[in-house]
Formats: sequence, structure tokens, C-alpha cells
Amino acid sequence: MSLEKTYPKEVKQILSKYPPEHKRSAVMPLLYLAQREEGYVNKAAMQDIARMLDITETEVASIIGFYTLYHDEKAGKYRMQVCTDLPCALRGADDFLKNLCGNLGIQVGETTPDGVVTLEAVMCLAACDKAPMFQTQGPDGIKYHENMTVDKTMELIDALKKSDAGVK
Amino acid sequence: MTKQVTLSINGITVTVPDGTLIADAAKMAGIDIPVFCHHPKLEPVGMCRMCLVEVGRPMLDRATGQVVMENGQPKIQFMPKLETACTNRVSDGMVVMTTTDKALDGQKGTVEFLLTSHPLDCPVCDKGGECPLQNLTMAFGPGQSRFIYDEKAHFEKQVPLGDLIWLDRERCIQCARCIRFQDEVAGEAVLGFDERGRNTQIISLSEPGFDSVFSGNTTDICPVGALTTADFRFGARPWELKAQASICTQCPVGCNTTLNTRREAKAGGDIVVKRVMPRQNEEVNEIWLCDKGRFTYHFTESKKRLTRPLVRKEDKLARASWDAATKLAAENFAKSKKDFVVLASGRLANEDLFNLKSLADTAGGTTILYSNMGGGDLTALVGVGQGTNIGKMGKGDAILVVASDLYQEAPIWWLRVKQAADRGATLIVANARETKLDKFAKFVIRYAQGDESKAVNNLSNKGKIADEFAKAKNAIVFYGNDGLSLSDTASLSSACATLLKETDHAGRPNNGLVAVWERVNDQGAWEIGFRPEPDLEKALKGKVVYIAGADPVGDDPALAKALKGAKFVAVQDILETATTEVADVVFPAQAYTEREGTFTSGERRVQRFYAAVPVKGDAKPDYAITAQVAKQMGVILEGSSASVVFDILSNSLEAFTDLSYDKLAETHGQWPIVGRGDLYYGGTTYENTQGLGVQLVPTAQAGGTVRIPKVRKEAALRPKENELLAVPVTKLYDHGVTVSSSAALLGQWVGEPTVTLHPMAAKNLGVEAGARVKISLNGVNAEVVVKIDDTISAGVALVPRSMGIAIREPVVARVLLAGKVK
Amino acid sequence: MANVLLRHRDIADINKIDVYKKNGGFDALKKAVSKMQPNEVTDVVKNSGLRGRGGAGFPTGMKWSFIDTKNWPHYVVANADESEPGTFKDREIMESNPFQFLEGLAIASYAVGANAAYIYLRGEFWQVAATLDEKIADMEKAGYLGENLFGTEYSLKIYTHLGAGAYICGEETALLESLEGKRGQPRVRPPFPPSFGLYGKPTIINNVETFTNVTPILANGAEWYKSMGTADSAGVKIFSLSGRVRKPGNYELPFGTTFRQLIYEHGGGILDGRPVKAIMPAGASSSLIAVDDKVLDTPMDYATVRTLGADLGSASVIVLDDTVDIDWVINKTIHFFKHESCGKCTTCREGNYWMKNLTERIHSGTGAQNDVDLLLNVAKQMQGKCLCALGEFSTMAVVTGIERFPQDFKKAVKA
Ligand SMILES: Cc1cc2nc3c(=O)[nH]c(=O)nc-3n(C[C@H](O)[C@H](O)[C@H](O)COP(=O)(O)O)c2cc1C
Ligand code: SF4
Ligand code: FES
Repeated sequence: MSLEKTYPKEVKQILSKYPPEHKRSAVMPLLYLAQREEGYVNKAAMQDIARMLDITETEVASIIGFYTLYHDEKAGKYRMQVCTDLPCALRGADDFLKNLCGNLGIQVGETTPDGVVTLEAVMCLAACDKAPMFQTQGPDGIKYHENMTVDKTMELIDALKKSDAGVK
Repeated sequence: MTKQVTLSINGITVTVPDGTLIADAAKMAGIDIPVFCHHPKLEPVGMCRMCLVEVGRPMLDRATGQVVMENGQPKIQFMPKLETACTNRVSDGMVVMTTTDKALDGQKGTVEFLLTSHPLDCPVCDKGGECPLQNLTMAFGPGQSRFIYDEKAHFEKQVPLGDLIWLDRERCIQCARCIRFQDEVAGEAVLGFDERGRNTQIISLSEPGFDSVFSGNTTDICPVGALTTADFRFGARPWELKAQASICTQCPVGCNTTLNTRREAKAGGDIVVKRVMPRQNEEVNEIWLCDKGRFTYHFTESKKRLTRPLVRKEDKLARASWDAATKLAAENFAKSKKDFVVLASGRLANEDLFNLKSLADTAGGTTILYSNMGGGDLTALVGVGQGTNIGKMGKGDAILVVASDLYQEAPIWWLRVKQAADRGATLIVANARETKLDKFAKFVIRYAQGDESKAVNNLSNKGKIADEFAKAKNAIVFYGNDGLSLSDTASLSSACATLLKETDHAGRPNNGLVAVWERVNDQGAWEIGFRPEPDLEKALKGKVVYIAGADPVGDDPALAKALKGAKFVAVQDILETATTEVADVVFPAQAYTEREGTFTSGERRVQRFYAAVPVKGDAKPDYAITAQVAKQMGVILEGSSASVVFDILSNSLEAFTDLSYDKLAETHGQWPIVGRGDLYYGGTTYENTQGLGVQLVPTAQAGGTVRIPKVRKEAALRPKENELLAVPVTKLYDHGVTVSSSAALLGQWVGEPTVTLHPMAAKNLGVEAGARVKISLNGVNAEVVVKIDDTISAGVALVPRSMGIAIREPVVARVLLAGKVK
Repeated sequence: MANVLLRHRDIADINKIDVYKKNGGFDALKKAVSKMQPNEVTDVVKNSGLRGRGGAGFPTGMKWSFIDTKNWPHYVVANADESEPGTFKDREIMESNPFQFLEGLAIASYAVGANAAYIYLRGEFWQVAATLDEKIADMEKAGYLGENLFGTEYSLKIYTHLGAGAYICGEETALLESLEGKRGQPRVRPPFPPSFGLYGKPTIINNVETFTNVTPILANGAEWYKSMGTADSAGVKIFSLSGRVRKPGNYELPFGTTFRQLIYEHGGGILDGRPVKAIMPAGASSSLIAVDDKVLDTPMDYATVRTLGADLGSASVIVLDDTVDIDWVINKTIHFFKHESCGKCTTCREGNYWMKNLTERIHSGTGAQNDVDLLLNVAKQMQGKCLCALGEFSTMAVVTGIERFPQDFKKAVKA
């Protein structure tokens, strides 16, 4: 698989944003593109991006390692990232996450047995006034879910599972 | 000249060039500011926070911009915070205090922070004894840890980054020196940081891991024991090691080295070389070494070392006394008259070659240089001028590299040329194929196989590239033998010399011609009068041959055949080779680690090496063996001391006039200052105390007449359709004896013999990358692995030299891919 | 009073280009580009007293005037990384009143001669970036971006660029590194971005809210703007109010509004009617202010808040009531900083790792008083020695927490 073949339009559009002599700038948008399908950047994609941008694979890996929204390992189809940072925690985020774990029967960092949801605790998402809240990172990008309750969240997860089954 | 700036550091007045960093200015004044991330060869990053000092600057009146005076002195305004000496540049009137309570407090704090994560495994750490962190902990560290030991970050212990370098992540203090070296200096960003914060760790994802021939340097500049070489780890403690100056013998750069030796139980109580370290010579290798130079010294301790003279008796080689062996050779040489041929290589020292030449001259014989490259007479005319330092070239200068894969042939030249380009020098790379240097070139000239001289001649004409070369303040041309024959290089060197002469780029420092020779002392051999021979087979057939430091039988079946037809063969070498096997008499020679001598580098710098370890068995230095043979023939040659041979040599060779061992051993202060007690500054590279060598003055610089002979090139061999032209190329890690003896260490770097084809050619032959095929050159078959490269021409097949396939020059249409082998 | 920045709260659908235009949209840009010299634009901003809204409060017009005019091209970068815990104002602007921000960004670009501007958004603002891309396309179509704006020589392109989860990328030089496709780690300064910025070229970086102020300043003039706020801090500010208040959210108020007004009048008071214990006026990077009546009646501007031993920063006011233990608070903030420390400098990397071990121990009840003393000592040992402000930020709540709320720590280590 090469990104240029799979997403010719997107790649071209991304590269057009930066001066050609600084095409390295495209590494971050290209990494998003690369992990769109599988939720993580595989080795072939790393090599592909390195080649396109004239940098080494190690440099690409080093970017992936630095930023928390890039992943080099497979996880659930959706990463459910609950903010438990100070402002959210002041409004019950820790309890919310604990309850969610109980309902899903998994610990933070684990994935539901059907592989649909991985539960994570993250730092502030700039939605402190709408706690408890989380974002989902999945094939359709990143979405915010604010003013959440455990019930509403379980409904959302059910919907995600259904749509996932539908896709299959 | 850059402006000078005067400031005060700890009350001492210091004058340094404008733009100097405070840490470096202090160093120049003999004041040590502790550093970890700062390295004088790398860009400042200010990340370790070790060099915190107090900095004050003269206060300026806002309205007038004038310095505010107080009691007749400029009023100094100190910054409220400590500043990093490694990122702040000096300015006039600056006041720096490095040892006030406040500064020391900051420095102590940093050491304490570093130790919260660093393991206390000094007793088992290879760096122990030469470790900056250990030393600075002694100087600044807290007596007792306030950090709970169990809370230290833990990682799995050592992991290999590649075949040669190991990483201990717990010991890493994240100074990024290794990463920055690979990126900024080597231009190969194969190391990086993974993750961030306290989880930051070094990674290498290249294939193979740590894919760079400069990797060993990172272990020198790593300020802790995080990076160690696979060769030396657990090998010895630094304080047990003795140090002796030497010269690397692996290529014509002539890097200055230090051999660390120790008595070793494993070696039966012998003193052996434990590691090769760089020795500073800013005009040659600065403070770097390539991995080949660092790791392939093992051949000097190979089991195949010759230790006793041998004489053929009833078709078998048997031990003999020196007297008997030399007598036998002498008798045969003496009666041979004109049939006496000395075949020697540039692996030998100047003294050795000089004695061989003297012997041949007196006995009426001929000398042949075992090499396939021409032009050494031209480098003597228009070689780079005395005082040349590529490290000083930059903006406004030009460097042309033609027909050379510098990265493989002379890595440290590659590094320095690349850095000159980084500094703004115009780099022009001309070759029939893409090489690693292209990426850094301003202009890349791609010529058809066989058109190398034409490409250079075109540079004498008009055009943008020609213009930039001609107008350059200084210009150097490197030429090699990538894909070429002896006659090709002879013609190429003449074209290059003509270009330099016509553009007035000869006779001055940083101007002139450099040949990228195959061996360390090829240039010296030319100076002494050795010349390569186009038809070597004919020159050897039926002759009485004295071979020194060469293995023609092992290299080429055609030469083996020629030598079979020789009347008598005497071989002098340090190792058993295919050639010693067919010899009538064999003389064991001392390795360069066991004796003294001098080599002349490709930049025509004459440099001394010294004896570091005891002699193996009865081996003798080459010059002494030759002197003993001569004596048996009634010819008196000096054989007792290398320095006396050198004195005679310098008396008889114009270019060497005035040179002596004492002169070659002279040194002067160099910048940056390395190798003193403060290893944290420059790394573990040795200070140069045993000689910087002397560069020979080329005729053009001496004011002599320079007449460059036009060398007519033999008609280039052009591949016809459906034909492949096999051309020789150089591979750094080949199957030569020096590399083979270190093969266990070098692992996958050595690899199998290959043939590189254009995708089209491969397609026509129906083979893919990785396929094993038989290749037949001049009727000799070999099994090789196919590599694909779309930057070469479709009619060409690249065959690396010294990989078990005999190839001295391009061979047309004799390449038959005789079918795949499973 | 009508909102100056959060105009969508007054005008429905102002995020549609037609509605925006009908309400005076792009008049300021047109005026600047077609009638004013670039330095005149900078002068208006200088005279307005506008200070940067990203946290440091640096005078915006002065920053623009530092741009190196000997080195070209120039760039303008909008800092939309918004990752300080407790800050969520830029997101509301970009989502709901995007054109006012984009127009301000365009005006700034004109003022400093940049033909390309980048908006660096935190990676989580994926949908915000998509929205902005649409709005940028709308502007291009309507001739407010692109070649030869308003028939002049001036051309401008605006691009969005997503980060990927790293608080440090809000620090301007780390942001630039990240935008260049590298690890987001701060650069050594000087040189500062106006002389050495994106791709080594002169670059102006401002916060989203800062740019959003520029549009009305150009439209209504410097005097109008200065008439709001205080002498120290001109104009209006969006306060992101969060924590133990009834009505958390963004409130656009003039500088000089008191904490009491913000928390009680706008924020509806404290949950369960409990008393305010402490305020963090600048998110997790804040010093903790121990609250009494005098504090509550303090007007909020940069200078006055400093008299309370804290910085106003980005005005992300986190309110703590008496149910909250300060040892828990600093354990939270240190977890954040330990997670976000980029690792480049020793002090912050190792200091936060050490502090994390200590706050964890203290908060979990297994610590002793000497752990608290050590924690305070470690935090102070870090101060003034880090490469960028993040390391400094990480110590603020720790030092002020221990010094101003000793009883909380006594309780924690006794338990
Ligand atoms: C660790 C750290 C994080 C920061 N995060 C942000 C941020 O998210 N948004 C922002 O606008 N400024 C942030 N800043 C401030 C910027 O470095 C910079 O001062 C600001 O973008 C300048 O814009 P202004 O002059 O308009 O305030 C941060 C600074 C630091 C040290
Ligand atoms: S203070 Fe922290 S965030 Fe800033 S450079 Fe140092 S490690 Fe990175
Ligand atoms: S603390 Fe949760 S979104 Fe800010």
C-alpha cells in the first residue's frame, strides 16, 4: 500500500500546503492519513512517508512516539479518551471513568473483547465546562462527546458496536 | 578576520572571536564549565542545563544607547536567572561567573536531577573511569541521594542498536549528542528519540539498525555509558589501557588514531590492541573515525599471521631461518637480471617501498605498484597545497568529486566534503551513477559510462557549473576509480589536473587534486617511484618476482596463472594468503601495530605511526627484510631503523627534503581542545601529542613548472544492446583480509558478493532482487546475489571489488547470467 | 453590553459568511488592505493597548513591529493549540465566530507582509479544523483570501495544521518545530520568532483570541478599544471559568471585572453553596491563590492579579471549594506536567518525574512531612533553570500549594 495510491487527492492537497523545500512539514497530516484505516501507523506506511518526505524512517517513528494521537500499535477500532484532568476531575470525571470501566468490564488501557472500544484516560481536551466528557478517535477522525453520563456513553458504545457489525 | 570580543570570566580577561559561545570561550581560557549536551562540533541546544552560570552585561542607557558608567567602570547588569554558557554568545564587556554559590547551586541541582534516573552501575559500566557523569558527580554531586532508589525509571538492560553499537537506556541522559551527530555531522539521521518526557529513549529504525559507517563516533561523544561498541564492551577498564599513536591503514585519508593496548590473559599474556580511538587532527579527521577504521584492526591478531620464514621444499612450504630464506631469495634475484620484478602495494610504509625501490634499481629490476589507478604523478604536480584543511572550506569555495563513491571509498573525506557543502561550499558530484554524496551536491553531473574525462573537460568550457567552479575562491577535485580502468583514471586525472590549472586552482592551500586511492599509502608509492602496470599478467609471466603486501593470486585467477609461469616467487606479507601458498619463499612481516613507519595520505600528508604491541614471532618490518635480502646480494641498505631509512629517503626525494621523524612528530594547539581531563567537553578522542604530520608541497606551490601530459583515453567500452558491461566499484566492507578478520563483529555489514543491475536489465534476464545467479567474467564463474538499482544505466552491472570476483577494470559483454541457482 | 468577541451569542448564524458580511464583516480587512500602509495597521494595534491573549500578555503591536524586514518571506501563525487545562475559549471562537478570527489573522498578515499564514490547532480540534477549512474556502471564493486582494498587489493564503496531542506545542517555538514536521520541542531563544521563526524566517505568532480582537480594533479604532478594560490591560477578555462553579463556561468581560463578579454574577456561585477555597487564574500552570473577601474583590487585569502572587495568564479560572484537598490538586497538575514535559531539558524531565513520585506518595497517604519538604525543595530547585516556561509552570501550584495551604499537607501525611 502506498499513501499516494490510496489517497492521491488528499496527499496532493496536504503537500500543497507547505513550501516544496519544506515538505517535511507534511509528516503530521500524512500520519493521520496513514492511520485512518487501521487506527495505527504500520511499518510500511512509516517507510512510505519517510520516502515521500526525504527523511529517515527513524525520524518518522520519532514523531509518532512524541505525539499522543499517533499510535504504532493496534487497539480497539475506537479509542475512547476520557479527560480526567484537573478541571474535569473537579466535576466528577474520575468517578465517571471508574463507572465506565465497571460497565464495560475493562480497565483503563484495555480494549473490549469485541475489539470495538479501547478505554483511555487523557489530559485536558479544552472542554472543561462540559465535563464529564471524552473524545473518540476512530476511522472517521476525532469527535467530542460532552456533558456525558454513563448511560449515554453506553448507548453510544452500543451504536458504535452496531455500526461496526454493519460494516462487517 | 572576525571581530574580537573581550570579556571577563571568573575575573580573567579573555579575548575571543565574536560569536564564540561562553562555554567555548571559557575553554580557550582554561576555565572548565561542566557540560553534557554541548559539544564544540555540534549546534548549541542548551538542553542538559549543566552549564548554568551567572552572566552580566554592561548596562545601556535606553535613551542614548551608551554604556552606563559607575565609578569609572561600566555598570554591569546581571540577569536574575542563571544562563546556559553553551547557548549564549560572548559580547564586549560581558562578565561571566562560573563558580559563585548561585552558579554552583544550579550545576549541583542538574547533577542531582540527572542522577534520579541514572543507574549507579559504574562498577560494571564500560565508561567507568572515563565517564563525564561519573567525574562531574564526584565534583558536583550530592553526597547522598534524596531520591528513592526504587523509583528510578527502569528499562530492559542493553539492547543492540545495530551490529556494532549497544544501548543501555537506563544510562542515557537524553543529551541527544548521538542523534545530533548523526543528523548534523554525518547527515544520516538514523538515530532518534522515541516518546517524550521521562520516557524518552534512543531508537534506530534503519535497516540494518544504526545504518551509518560513522556509528562508533557516537560512543566517543556519549557522556555516559549508554552507547558502547560491541567490540569493546566488557573488554577492559579504561585505566588499564596504554595509548600509542597510529595511523589508520584502511583508506587514503590517513586518519590519526590511538591504539589502546593491554596485556590479556585470553591472548596468552600478550599485549594486544583492545580498541582503536580517534586522535585529533583537525586537518585530517578532526576527532572522528569511520567504523571500518575503528573496528577492523583485528586482522593484526589473526590466526593467519605469518610468524616464521618459509621455504618451499619438495613442493611444500617449510620453516626456515631468516638467513636461509633471504639467501635463497637473494640468489634468485641476483641471477635474474632484467627479469627481476618487485610488485608491491600501497599497504606498505614509505620506508618499505623506498628500500624495495632501491633494491630493484641496484639489481637492475623493475618495480610495479599493485594498483589499478593512475595519476599519482599529477597529484605531485598539482596536488592540494600545503596547509590544506577541508574543514575550513565553505561559502565561496568549490569541491568537485568525480568517479568516486566517497562514502564507500574514503568515509571521512565524504564526511568533511559533506560538511563543507553544509557550510556553503559548492559541491559538484560527477559520476555515472547515483552515490550518497549527491544529496548534498549543488550540481550533479551524470555521464554515460566511459565519459568521465569528457565530463571534466566540459567543465573547462562555459556553463553555469563551469563558471561557479572557475570563480570559486578555492577548489579541490577528488577523483576516484568508480567503474574505471587504469587507463581511464590516467586520462581522468589529466583532465582534472588540466581543469585545476586552467582555472588557477593549484599551488595554494585548499586548491588542487586529490586521488581517492585504494590503499593507505598509494600516494607514497607514487612519490617513491612505483607505477601501476597496465598489463600485469605479461609483466609477471616468466619473471623472478618479489611480492610485498599484495595477494594477486587471491585477487585474480588470471594473475594466479601468470605467477604460475613465473621463475621464482618471493612473498612478504603479514598474513597467509593465496599468494604465499604458491611462493618459493615467504617472509613474515610485522603489522603496522608492531613497528614504526610513515604513510603518505591522499592529501600528501606524511604521517608517523608507532609500535604499540610486541612483535609476533620472528616477523620483521618490511624495510628490514628487504635490507637483509639486499645484504645477501651484496647491496647495502639501511635496515636497522625506520627513522634512518626515512632520513635517507628524504635526502633522495625532492618532495621529502627537510622532513624527519622529529618534524613529523611536531604538534601545535588545536581547537577544539579535546582529550584532556574534562572528557565531558569533546569526548574520549585522544589529544594529539605524537605528531600532526607534514603535508608535501606540490610542484605548483613550490613554483616549479607544471606541465600536464594529455593522456589519450583508450576507446571506452560501450555495451551493445543485449550486452552488459561489468564495472568495478568499491564497497567499504568487502571481503579483503582486514575486514574478513573482523567479520564476526561486522556481522551483516560484510554480506555476500553481489551484482547490481538496472531493473530493465534484471527484467531482461528474468531475475529479481535477492536472486542468486552465476556471473561469468573473463571466463571465471562466481555465485552472486542480485541487487537492483534504478540509478545506474541499463547496460551496466556493478561488481564490487575484493568480494571474491576478479574485476580490475570494465569488462564488456563477458557478463553472462548463466541461470539461476536455487 | 454586546459581545465583542463572542458575537455569535448575539447574532445567530454569524458563522455563515453572508451573515457575517451583513454585520460589517471584512470591512476592517478591506480598509486595512486597500487604504492603509502595513505599518499604519501595526500602529493602530499598538495604540489600542492590545496584549497577547496566549498567556504572557505581551503587547501585540510591539511584537509585530519587531518583524525583521531584511529577511523574507514572512509568516504569521495562529496559536490554536489551546491545551492549558481550564482553557476552552479559542475553540468557541473558531467554532462559532470563525470569520472574525480569520479576518483578524488576515489583517495581521497584511500588517507584517506575510503571504502565508498557518493556524496550528491541537490535534483534538479535528472537527474545528474541518470547519475552518470550509470557512477559508468560503473566504477564498468571496475574494477575501487569495491573489490580489481588493485589487491590490497583496495576496494571502491561510492553511490549517493539526497537532497531535502535545501541550508543549502551545509554546511558540515548540509549535514552530512541530509545524516544520519535527518533534515539538522548544528552541533555544534568542533568536525569537520575529527574526527567526517558521523555516527560519521572520514569523509572528499570536493566540486565536488575540487575532479575534484585531478585527474590531481595526473597525472601530484604538481609542474605542482602550475605553474598555483598565489602564494596564485594555479591552475585553474571555474568561474560561471551570471547576466547582454552578455555571462553568466562557464569559467575555472587560478587564477589571472582579473574581467575585465572575464567579457569582456570571458563574452562578459555587456548587452546593460552599465557600471558595482557592483560585487558579491561569489553568494548571497557575499559582494557587488562597481566597478571602479581599481576593474576591480584586479586579482582574495582568498587573493587579500579580499583586496576589499569581499570573492571570490565559484567564482560565479554575475555582476550588472547601471540599477540595490541595495535595490532590497538585498531584493532578504534576501528573499533567509529567505527562506533557517534552523531555528536552533535564530539569523539567527529571524534576517532574521526581515530583510525580512525591505528590503520588503524599496524596496516597504513604508520605511523610519530609516528603512535603523535599517536594517543595525540588520544585524550587527547578525554578529558573528550565529551557522553556513549561518547567517553570509545573512548579507554580506545588510551591504556592505547599506554602499557602500547609494544613492540607499536614493532614495528608498524617492520614
Ligand atoms: C508550555 C506553554 C504552553 C502554551 N500554550 C499556549 C496555547 O495553548 N495557546 C496560546 O495561544 N499560547 C500558548 N502559550 C504561549 C505562547 O508561547 C505564546 O506566548 C503565544 O502564543 C503568543 O501569542 P499572544 O502574544 O497572542 O499571547 C504557551 C506557552 C507555554 C510556555
Ligand atoms: S521545560 Fe520541559 S517542556 Fe520545556 S524544554 Fe524543558 S523539558 Fe521541554
Ligand atoms: S479538564 Fe477536561 S476538558 Fe479540560
